[in-house]
Amino acid sequence: MYDTIQSPAERGVLRRFGEFMKGSGLKYLGSVFCVAVSVLTGFITPLLIAGAVDAVTDTLNGKGVNGVNLPGFLAGFFDARGGAEYLARHIWIVAVMLVAVSLIGGLFQYLRGKWSAEASETIAERMRERLYAHLLAMDYDYHVKAQTGDLIQRCTTDVETVRRFLASQVIEIFRTVIMVALALTLMLSIHVKLTLISLILIPALFGLAFWFFHWVQKLFMEADEADGQLSAMLQESLTGVRVVRAFGRQRYESDRFAVRADSVHDKSLRISRVMAVYWSCSDMLSMLQTGMTLLFGILFAVRGEITTGNVLTFVSYISMLIWPIRQLGRILQDLGKSMVAMRRVYEILDAKAEADTPGAGEAPLWEDIEFRHVSFHYDGKQPILKDVSFTAKAGQTIAILGATGSGKSTMMNLLQRLYDVSGGEILIGGRDIRTIEKKYLRSRVGYVLQEPFLYSRSIKDNLAITREDAGTDEIERVAAVTHSDGFIAQFKEGYDTMVGERGVTLSGGQKQRVAIARTLLRDNDILILDDSLSAVDTETDRAIRDALAKGRSAGGRVPTTFIISHRLTTLADADLILVLEDGAIAQQGTHEQLIHQDGLYQRVYRIQAALEEELKNEIA
Amino acid sequence: MQYQQEQDYTKKLDAGLWRRLIGYMKPYHKYLIAIMATMAVSALCDTIFPLLTREAIDTFIAGGQAGGKVWFIARYIGTVLLQSACIFTFCMLCGRAEMGINRHIRKLAFKRLEELSFSYYDQTPVGFIISRMTSDTARLGETVAWGLVDLFWSGFYILITAVAMLMLDVRMALMVLCVMPVIAVVAVWFQKRILAGYRIVRKTNSQITGAFNEGIMGAKTSKTLVREESNCREFSVLTGTMRTASVRAAVLSALFLPIVVSLGSVATALVLQRGGTEVFSARGLVTVGTLAAFVQYSTGIFEPISSIARIFADLQASQAAAERVVSLLETEPEIFDTPEVIEKFGDSFNPKKENWPDIVGDVEFDHVSFHYATGEEVLEDFSLKVKAGQTVALVGETGSGKSTIVNLICRFYEPTKGVIRIDGEDYKSRSILWLQAHLGYVLQQPHLFSGTIRENIRFGRLDATDREIEAACRAVDAEDFILKMDKGYDSEVGEGGNRLSTGQKQLISFARALIAKPAIFVLDEATSSVDTQTEQKLQAAISVALEGRTSFIIAHRLSTIRNADLILVIKNGRILERGTHAELLAQRGYYYTLYANQFREEGEKKAWQEIA
Repeated sequence: MYDTIQSPAERGVLRRFGEFMKGSGLKYLGSVFCVAVSVLTGFITPLLIAGAVDAVTDTLNGKGVNGVNLPGFLAGFFDARGGAEYLARHIWIVAVMLVAVSLIGGLFQYLRGKWSAEASETIAERMRERLYAHLLAMDYDYHVKAQTGDLIQRCTTDVETVRRFLASQVIEIFRTVIMVALALTLMLSIHVKLTLISLILIPALFGLAFWFFHWVQKLFMEADEADGQLSAMLQESLTGVRVVRAFGRQRYESDRFAVRADSVHDKSLRISRVMAVYWSCSDMLSMLQTGMTLLFGILFAVRGEITTGNVLTFVSYISMLIWPIRQLGRILQDLGKSMVAMRRVYEILDAKAEADTPGAGEAPLWEDIEFRHVSFHYDGKQPILKDVSFTAKAGQTIAILGATGSGKSTMMNLLQRLYDVSGGEILIGGRDIRTIEKKYLRSRVGYVLQEPFLYSRSIKDNLAITREDAGTDEIERVAAVTHSDGFIAQFKEGYDTMVGERGVTLSGGQKQRVAIARTLLRDNDILILDDSLSAVDTETDRAIRDALAKGRSAGGRVPTTFIISHRLTTLADADLILVLEDGAIAQQGTHEQLIHQDGLYQRVYRIQAALEEELKNEIA
Repeated sequence: MQYQQEQDYTKKLDAGLWRRLIGYMKPYHKYLIAIMATMAVSALCDTIFPLLTREAIDTFIAGGQAGGKVWFIARYIGTVLLQSACIFTFCMLCGRAEMGINRHIRKLAFKRLEELSFSYYDQTPVGFIISRMTSDTARLGETVAWGLVDLFWSGFYILITAVAMLMLDVRMALMVLCVMPVIAVVAVWFQKRILAGYRIVRKTNSQITGAFNEGIMGAKTSKTLVREESNCREFSVLTGTMRTASVRAAVLSALFLPIVVSLGSVATALVLQRGGTEVFSARGLVTVGTLAAFVQYSTGIFEPISSIARIFADLQASQAAAERVVSLLETEPEIFDTPEVIEKFGDSFNPKKENWPDIVGDVEFDHVSFHYATGEEVLEDFSLKVKAGQTVALVGETGSGKSTIVNLICRFYEPTKGVIRIDGEDYKSRSILWLQAHLGYVLQQPHLFSGTIRENIRFGRLDATDREIEAACRAVDAEDFILKMDKGYDSEVGEGGNRLSTGQKQLISFARALIAKPAIFVLDEATSSVDTQTEQKLQAAISVALEGRTSFIIAHRLSTIRNADLILVIKNGRILERGTHAELLAQRGYYYTLYANQFREEGEKKAWQEIA
């Protein structure tokens, strides 16, 4: 939601904005210059017409020898050849000039549009790229806490607001200022009194626009709200269409929809009603202003104080001025929004990006891993991990068991340095993990999240995301290992099937398998499966683990593997099982050791064994 | 579900489509006609102003006449007032027409949505339907109402101005009129391209939004995979495309106005040259005032022309929206009551409940076959007789076709062959609403509507009293958690019920089904795990719900399966085995394996729940 409070800090925002303008500033200035020129040419046209009309009038009235009513050197040109009469007889010269001026004005108008678009689009591009890169550079924690909708809005709507501000609003303001200044100068030089009369209603027009657009914003917000309610109701009713039908509530829903549709209708109608009042009043003022200029102009003309042509010039100028001045009121109202948008963009850019330990480097990772009195808490809050110590030998499988919230995932986050330990240390091959470069670490530690994210591209590209040069045979191999090949083959387009937002929706278990497969595609020293088979049925779970183990028994260097799971069957084969309770290791050992030890592991094991017994009895 | 791309635009302007659409707007035709009339007057006023200028110059300045100024001022102010009144009127009319058409079409479309069969919903993502019902209808209202304003004003303006000019001076008028077609051709050429340009911009823009969405949603995964740099690289390709496309579109628009204005200035130049010469001719037909009026006409002539060009471009752009909305309005439901049935029992909006027969709850599938529109047979020659009060459990893997049987019972789909009888009568001989009013339905993922708990339960039966609602909640043992909420029964459940836990939502949906006092109960059991206490409550709720009702359950819980009167084991759309629990176990077939697996999984969950 926008708030329109403007602080001195916002001026700072404007100044800082300069960095995005780098390299585009010249084009931007150029477009402002073009605006000035096109305004100038716009003002010349009426002068030319006035000159022509006056020359004709003078000639008709037998004052053909009079000087020509044209600016500067143009007048000189005609006067040297015989003044008004010459012009009147050679009016084609003015006609040609008219077209020429219009063409020159058009050229500058075009350049203005082109340059301001190029400048503002480049700036917007830069902002988008900076935002995107910065968001990705933020640490894990930022994204855990992030409000996606709000961030996206800042990156899209707010950037667009700023772009529009640059591309049109700033330039529009310039244009209006130049126009007013120029018109005022020209008009004052022709006739002071008529100038004053011509401007009499202008402040009222501007004020009306300024006040109106401020006031109508509230109505727009109400209408938007009603719109939102309509969409929300639709969304709910349509996703719940089964419930609606099952209870035969078609009539009820239609009535409910009608209420919302009516509310949107009424609220929007209120806007169009006030709009009608505004436009008609504002147009009436404009027409009256033009009329006054015409009438008084004629009065002065009759008295011989001003020429007919100049009266027409005044009328043209006034009608040229009125529209931008009315727009100015609206633009000034919108200016606040642009400032707020800029501030919101900077709020993202000012958030501190993830930094690495100075001097961190690469190190061999297929080594023994030791957790030594590791503790962890999120800035000053409740400890999540308490004095965790254990050693995993290179190539071993370590299983981690524990209730939800016992700290299993946090422990694994530390191994990829998504967070750093708060106390104690993690040693890989005797080297403190904090001296190992984050990027390097993450590229060698395969971490499959419990709810993995798949990118909206083909399955093949999703798999190859860890290694873009992977061959088809390699991709198919990891798909087979994770038992993904079966469901992939069922899609009409196989590996080229699009997934995610713009494609098929994979089930939780399918997503998990693809995520494991893509991690297996690259070379890992350490592999972490964070409950990554929870949505896969027991049998497939076992089959996948067998396939992983086969890689093991085939010899060679297999990654040191950490598996978090609820399923005892998944854990039983591990070299070491850690039982986590409330952030501390309550037990550790092998399956054989733990089932004979009093504790959580034994309790879970016994219940499951008892059930197995029950099943046998029932079937028998 | 395969990805469907919303069609963005169609190439040619389809007049028939628009005519059909305008046909749907019947109650607003009068507004449209009134708009037309107002715009004619408004265009007339706009033509009068230059004439007044002409008169002023010729009478007061050139003619030197002193009198008649008051009359002139009166006429000027009169025209101003008339024009202001026109502006006020068409703004009002237009707002009314726009909003009214929008609302009218929305209501028509919603009614249609309530009639459409599930096959429609299965094929159309909800997001698409929503955009049809919101942005598309809004766009149509806007295009029709404001498009007409611009079209009529421009048309009348050109017409009246042409007449005025012809009356003032034929030759000068013809000069201006000659330039007009040129402007028109240029305007059409540009508007089309500008529109196409911005379409690309919009498309790229939505890709950028998508990329931001993906970048942010997938940030955690990208981090663990060290994808930051490649993501940025890919993104910057997209922003580059966006810049190029936007600049191209902007340059085209920047080119457009100067060109038509310059063309307009040619008309002005011609007029000036011709008029300036003619003023001196002996005929004396052209006065300075006439010249001034012509200059004013010619400088403004490009506007109505480019405005018309824009409207046609706009119409073309909105055509895709029009097509989508019209196709929704014209989609016929596949499942509907015959006229005879409606005659007797009423339709879904206006039921004739007094004629409804009572329901007992016997259900019979008589040689029923079924296949979805896509072709493959899902159910073949299936027969089953269920007596009122019996419980049927449907067991099988996900996607095996269990829900098809349920959909047929609910008449969400109808058999492609064979007959389903309820109380011995083909259910097609009764109205859809009759059946559905006697159904109790609990979904796997309970769907609640935003509103209070009370309102959600009352959805089951609109005339239920508060006492009945509370009784239903007590029956499913939901009352204690409800009373613990801040406002008890009047607590808001949030959008989609998201302020309640899954288990709580399930309990509420049971209460909602119970209050409908259904004769037939359909339950799609949830697989998601809930805490032990809630699980016990749910089991109790199920047995309450099943009591004395014909029930069909897509079953996952062992207890539900074991207690069923009949178990149907379904695999790949076929009924593989049928019988009671004991019978099926004894067969040692597919059911046996399925049961053992289920048993283990449930056991695992139970073990953890007991520990916690």
